[in-house]
Amino acid sequence: MKKSYQSLEVNLTNNMRQVIHRNLSKNILRLCLIILVAFTTSLSAQDGDPVKGKSLFNANCAACHQLDKKMTGPALRNVEARLSDEHGLDREWINAWIRNSAGVIKSGDTYANKIYDEYGGAAMTAMPQLSDDDINNILAYTAEEKKAPAAVTAGAVGNQATTTSNGISNEIILGALAILFALLAIGLYLVNKTLRRFATVQNLDLPEETKTTPIWKAFVQNQFLMLVVAIFFLLASAYFVFGYLSQIGVDQGYEPVQPIHFSHKIHAGDNGIDCKYCHSSARVSKHSGIPSLNVCMNCHKSIYEYNGGTSPEYSKEFYDGEIQKLYAAAGWSDADQKYTGDSQPVKWVRIHNLPDFAYFNHSQHVTVAGVECQTCHGPVEEMEVMYQHAPLTMGWCIDCHRTTDVNVKDNSYYTKIHEELSKKYGVENLTVAQMGGLECGKCHY
Amino acid sequence: MSSNKKYWKSVEELNENSSIVETLKQNEFVAEIPTDEFLGDKDTLEATSTTRRDFLKYVGFSTAAASLAACEGPVKKSIPYVVQPTEIIPGVANYYASTIADGFDFASVLVKTREGRPIKIENNTMAATNGSANARVNASVLGLYDSLRVQGPKKEGESISWNTFDAETNQKLTDLKVSGKQIVLLTQTFASPSTSKLILEFKEKYGNVSHVVYDAVSESAALDAYQAKYGERGLANYDFSKAMTIVSVGADFLGDWQGGGFDSGYSKNRVPDHGKMSRHIQFESNMSLSGANADKRIPLTPTEQKLALAKLYSYVVGGSVSGNLPDHIEDAVKKAASQLKKAGSNGVVITGIQDVNAQTIALEINESLSSKAFDPKTPIKTRQGSNNAVAQLITDMKAGKVGAIIMSGVNPMYTLANASDFAEGLKKTDLSIAFSMKVDETSSLTNFIAASPHYLESWGDVELKKGHYSLTQPTIRPLFDTRQFQDALLKWTGNDVSYHDYIKDAWGTTILGGSSFNQALHDGVYVGSIATETEGTTIAEEAVETPSGNAARALAASAKSNNELELTLYTKVGMGDGQQANNPWLQEFPDPLTRTSWDNYLTISKADADRIGLSNTHVANGALNGSYANVSVNGATLKVPVIIQPGQAKGSVGLAFGYGRTLGLKEEMQTGVNAYALYQNFDTVQSVTVEPASGEHEFASVQLHNTLMGRGDIIRETTLEIFNTSDRNVWNKVPTVSLNHIETPVTSPEVDLWDEFDRSIGHHFNLSIDLNACTGCGACVIACHAENNVPVVGKTEVRRSRDMHWLRIDRYYSSEDSFVGDNEKKDNISGLGSSLSEFSEMENASVNPQVAFQPVMCQHCNHAPCETVCPVAATSHGRQGQNQMAYNRCVGTRYCANNCPYKVRRFNWFLYNDNDEFDYHMNDDLGRMVLNPDVVVRSRGVMEKCSMCIQKTQKTILDAKRDGREIKDGEFQTACSAACSNGAMTFGDINDKDSKVAKLLKDDRMYHLLETVGTKPNVQYHTKVRNTTEA
Repeated sequence: MKKSYQSLEVNLTNNMRQVIHRNLSKNILRLCLIILVAFTTSLSAQDGDPVKGKSLFNANCAACHQLDKKMTGPALRNVEARLSDEHGLDREWINAWIRNSAGVIKSGDTYANKIYDEYGGAAMTAMPQLSDDDINNILAYTAEEKKAPAAVTAGAVGNQATTTSNGISNEIILGALAILFALLAIGLYLVNKTLRRFATVQNLDLPEETKTTPIWKAFVQNQFLMLVVAIFFLLASAYFVFGYLSQIGVDQGYEPVQPIHFSHKIHAGDNGIDCKYCHSSARVSKHSGIPSLNVCMNCHKSIYEYNGGTSPEYSKEFYDGEIQKLYAAAGWSDADQKYTGDSQPVKWVRIHNLPDFAYFNHSQHVTVAGVECQTCHGPVEEMEVMYQHAPLTMGWCIDCHRTTDVNVKDNSYYTKIHEELSKKYGVENLTVAQMGGLECGKCHY
Repeated sequence: MSSNKKYWKSVEELNENSSIVETLKQNEFVAEIPTDEFLGDKDTLEATSTTRRDFLKYVGFSTAAASLAACEGPVKKSIPYVVQPTEIIPGVANYYASTIADGFDFASVLVKTREGRPIKIENNTMAATNGSANARVNASVLGLYDSLRVQGPKKEGESISWNTFDAETNQKLTDLKVSGKQIVLLTQTFASPSTSKLILEFKEKYGNVSHVVYDAVSESAALDAYQAKYGERGLANYDFSKAMTIVSVGADFLGDWQGGGFDSGYSKNRVPDHGKMSRHIQFESNMSLSGANADKRIPLTPTEQKLALAKLYSYVVGGSVSGNLPDHIEDAVKKAASQLKKAGSNGVVITGIQDVNAQTIALEINESLSSKAFDPKTPIKTRQGSNNAVAQLITDMKAGKVGAIIMSGVNPMYTLANASDFAEGLKKTDLSIAFSMKVDETSSLTNFIAASPHYLESWGDVELKKGHYSLTQPTIRPLFDTRQFQDALLKWTGNDVSYHDYIKDAWGTTILGGSSFNQALHDGVYVGSIATETEGTTIAEEAVETPSGNAARALAASAKSNNELELTLYTKVGMGDGQQANNPWLQEFPDPLTRTSWDNYLTISKADADRIGLSNTHVANGALNGSYANVSVNGATLKVPVIIQPGQAKGSVGLAFGYGRTLGLKEEMQTGVNAYALYQNFDTVQSVTVEPASGEHEFASVQLHNTLMGRGDIIRETTLEIFNTSDRNVWNKVPTVSLNHIETPVTSPEVDLWDEFDRSIGHHFNLSIDLNACTGCGACVIACHAENNVPVVGKTEVRRSRDMHWLRIDRYYSSEDSFVGDNEKKDNISGLGSSLSEFSEMENASVNPQVAFQPVMCQHCNHAPCETVCPVAATSHGRQGQNQMAYNRCVGTRYCANNCPYKVRRFNWFLYNDNDEFDYHMNDDLGRMVLNPDVVVRSRGVMEKCSMCIQKTQKTILDAKRDGREIKDGEFQTACSAACSNGAMTFGDINDKDSKVAKLLKDDRMYHLLETVGTKPNVQYHTKVRNTTEA
């Protein structure tokens, strides 16, 4: 049981890494492609295929190894060269190690045992399925030169340039319009002035204004109108006061600053992680549950930096800093790749606050009814900062209960009651309301 | 004409020339208002740079700031685990099997935890051993969150660390070992195989160690009798489900007699099945739960009880005893004997007389009957104390022979009649340690208080009956820096293992015999066959009389009557031995018989009360007041309030243990008087003198009207004979009304004002209450409290009839000899004169009344009168039959309560949580941890009532929906039906035609409360049938 769980974890991390790469901004991709093509030509002459090697690396090695960073296992950039130069170990040794590291350790190999001890006695998973070609390709990938930072900076700068140019053009248009209006106003004034001059020159009589009661005075004198207006103002203010009172406690759009800037956009959107992977108790409990830090660490043990798209407000450094905050809270030492035990619970600010007298159960909606999380929580996968999407008022609940059909498919609990009730109401599908979902006691107890 | 009456406010006004009165007349405020003090002196005022305008500015700004700040909603934090335990899912309850063994209550239980907090105790249905959770066990979860618990070890009142504790106590114990002075372990009955083993090891290490087991309320006589007869210290077990004729002489076996827990077996045979039910004859002096449930109850004094038991022996077994009983008692004894003989092995005799001879006689009668209900082979182990050993210990202590005394689970300074002797002895011991959860009467006098954990934080094992084992496991990490007694013993014996490992090891080698420990822990119970190592505790050294006919003669001879009143001390269902006196649920729990909470009192018969000059009066606000009496036993005198108890034997009085605690509990809970002061020589029967004392006591009684006055539609009752021979229309007639001069049953739709809704689809819940199976034990009342966050309101509020119990158990007395007699008397009243006199006569309960218990909660009427009068539609009806109450909609008009014929609606007069005026568990963070997160805590100004545990029915439905399955009968439960182990409450869906409750609805005994009103309730009652067949 435990084993299968672990492997699931590994798969997930792998998938996610692929997703990250797939979603890199086009600029970076293009740049990388050019560089890669350049390198491929030069390297393929030597040995394996680094492109194939990269995908093999991501599938098999990335859970524990990075090219430039010590993780569960050592950094692998130029590993072949390093081994042969520093320790005199050849390709054969590497093959043996990859396919059966335990065997190498057992054989009493000095370097193998040294590495084994250095990484806390964690043996590397044996990869007997890798062929010589595969290993060639992987090693070719590891032998590539480091190049990423330049590409990223270039991309970032490019992005910045485009955004600023957009801003300027808007201002220019606005400025031009303003000048145009000013010119028109001046023009009109000039025309008026000229016409008046013509009139004086030609001795035309300008019509003289007769003295009438100003409109406001007439208005004030008309008592009936005053009464109507007074009533109108009273009603209008009552309307607004009622509106103001009824929105007290309705926190739609509530978007508090969280202790760690957790971007649902990156996790649920860019990487497409299922909501219920982290909010797992939504399936079985009344609470959706805020994931505990060990759930974060399932992935973030190996994802120590952010490689996705950035904006001026949220740079790579910013996101990496947030991951560091997570490490600090979980008590994870990235350098030593182990937990220090010094953890600090994160005090998230609760966004969706249902009053105590309303009982809401996530599992009823998520598991039984199969309602999408987005139905109530909005486009979470697009939210850089999480906010309350729905008003969470009773009227909002009731409206949905009135229009939503009960999900009775393959649920033998509903078989009998649905058959009888739908016959009674003469409908094909029952709404939640018809099933009794409007009764006070269903939510208030 | 205007009145010439003169009113005065104080006596001083009567004095014409009083200067004070004159001054007060002119001067409303007597003392000068000290303006200078807050305005400051002139100099400072002149020197200050703050002008009047500045001052106003500040006031203005701060008001504005305050009101602005108030506009913003509070920011709520949500803090997840760093590493979430796999077994905890927020919002989902976990259940753990455990066992309570506090020395008085022993029961296998299920502990419901939410987010790691135990919030409720439920019955462990896997446990076949008697002892399901009673009211006290249900309430015990609140003891965990007691704000007055000791939070760490203490030495002479100062907090110390466990390291210091270990170092100092180890040193002293080693010194004592060298000097050879006696070390005494004075403990409760643990009945724990592993603890016995541990104590043996402790003895081995320290040499002169003796272990004295002390039960606050002693069963020593019964233990001695059993030991003399069967050679083992224990109590004979009884299974009343196998008894058809039960004769009890002074044994409240439905209460706490010999550890209690016999009621579920008893109830099984109380429900007439195929025309048969058991017959129960009770001889007793106090009105007890058992007497209230008996078919025939004979009130008699304790002295007469002894004689009656001896005579019963002679009639059933043989031999002759001298002594005379009043004719009616003699007759009753003879009839009981003949019925016992007729029943043969289906009969059983038990006695609660604290006398070795009496206990021996009971054992012998059962043997001679070869009673099936009597099981001496698997003795009950939950009482092991010895009176003589305790008495010896006190003598030794006073003589300075005891070097160290280590106490656990006992509070002798409170529970001993000669507590002052004990205190004197305590001063002479070199080392005294009390393992205690509280700074109580005893631990406050010891050198060390070893803060001990609650049972929900501890490990443990119990042998409830021989071969029947239970395990205690912690359900929460210890809240405080505590250590349990066994862990300390392990430390002292130099053993490094934890008590958990020790139990596991001990069970593996002796008890389990290859079975899995984890399985036993999961089940909470294990039935084994291998005998365990027993530790020879210090027991009675006196020779016990040889059991034979001699015992009966000796008992008869000891039954000397004297002219004084005889006092029988007893334990209340709600308070027991007083360990849980700081538990507000239990304090507010009304006694099943007197219906009085927050007190103990002297129960006395009407005749004796009149003779002595004691009275009970009802005062204008509908509360009960009672006289005080001085009760003296051998020089010890207590001033006790008096309640006149119908059915109390003339010449006897009763007083409950468990009250009058002074230390380790909140001021509100310091109620009643300490009856242990009269518990001399561990004898529950004492000769007393009762004299009237000055003053009047204010009781908090929830039921003042004691009789039904012949209203047979509230409690329907019949005899087994009529039940078996007549049609249901004779004894359970549906009331009729005249429709076009034709008598039509009120249940028929033609006479109904309301249209019927179609309730045939989906679930339709019904709760069935069998008045025959209900013993009135009150476990349901506390379970309801715990499940539904029902607030505790306190004594003064209960006195104003503002108790909040959603579920009450009404108790009715008959005013004639029987309820049937009441009905006849009422029916025969004719004319105004007769009605005036006879109705007022019927208000008084009979001298020896019949008693009936009736649990009443919201009846969830299908045609509910409350729903139609609510101006804001806060209470409405659900399709599933529940009358729903939306608290947030309620504006508190209380129309619904006025219109409810059952008076089950409760109004929140105050905010009961977070309010210093109501300093009970809801007023501190610790106590609030017991609240059920699925049920809202109601606020002030809101009506509340039984919801038929809608949160539980909804949970059951949701679980089924999630699994995609239908719901089986028995899955639906309310808190009360789940707590009822007697089978009196059955809950379920009547649209499921095969369900138990649907069948009960069609039962002949079924009726609805106040059926004439036409409310069509969803709570069924089942007619009480009494087995009055003599001979």
